[in-house]
Amino acid sequence: MKRAFPILAVLTVALLCYGLYQALWVAPTEKTMGDVQRIFYYHVPSAWTAGVLFFVNFLASIAYLVWRNTKADALAVAAAEVGVVFCTIVLVTGPIWARPVWGIWWTWDLRLTLTLVLWLIYVSYLLLRRFSTSGQTPVIAAVLAIFGTLDIPLVYFSIWFFRTQHPQPVIGGGGSIDPRMLHAFFVNLIAFTCFGALICWARYRLEVLRREVEETQALESLLEPRSAR
Amino acid sequence: MSYLYAAYIITWVIHIGYIGTLVRRYKRLRQEMEDLKRRN
Repeated sequence: MKRAFPILAVLTVALLCYGLYQALWVAPTEKTMGDVQRIFYYHVPSAWTAGVLFFVNFLASIAYLVWRNTKADALAVAAAEVGVVFCTIVLVTGPIWARPVWGIWWTWDLRLTLTLVLWLIYVSYLLLRRFSTSGQTPVIAAVLAIFGTLDIPLVYFSIWFFRTQHPQPVIGGGGSIDPRMLHAFFVNLIAFTCFGALICWARYRLEVLRREVEETQALESLLEPRSAR
Repeated sequence: MSYLYAAYIITWVIHIGYIGTLVRRYKRLRQEMEDLKRRN
């Protein structure tokens, strides 16, 4: 698996470059919004990847609660952290897109507010993991993650069931889209998903190493007084 | 166009910054692990 990482990294970078080329040069300019609409090719795939990573965190948290598997716990931490990075990008690119189109950076609209709440839930999760010294931390964090995941369908369906400032989805929402736009979108969607998976994998390996170091340090501190006697 | 470039640049600044922190943390942990192994 370790040998596959550099190969997959090169392939992902190539896909991201192709996605950037498609988004900036191949996809046609949208008639109403103009070039700023191209933020869509980064904004939506980032939101999708964040959702996938939070869902991985949810599954890993359940696996940890059921089997007390420490690898599942390490995967949950990795997925949550990388998910927060992608969710941050959604919360940054959204207002940059909104300012020229809506005339405002932010509004307390349901979709936007729920996305901010989602980000805050997972930031809380990471702060809990970082600063809590209790032995129960992984269990508490796993429960928090399971409840946090409930916000994901709320974020997604908020624009379907409520009147919001955020537009309805063009893809899968009954709207029509130029095939070149659709191609650019799917290339970026795949590229961002691969990129998210790759960073999550790297973060997982880092988490496993961190735990090994902690265990070795704990073992050393247990053995030291005996050798000093 | 400036909004578009700002969004794309910020996206990559966040990603590259995060990858940078991962590399730094990985190097520090590898060093700690090697130090521990040397001591034992």
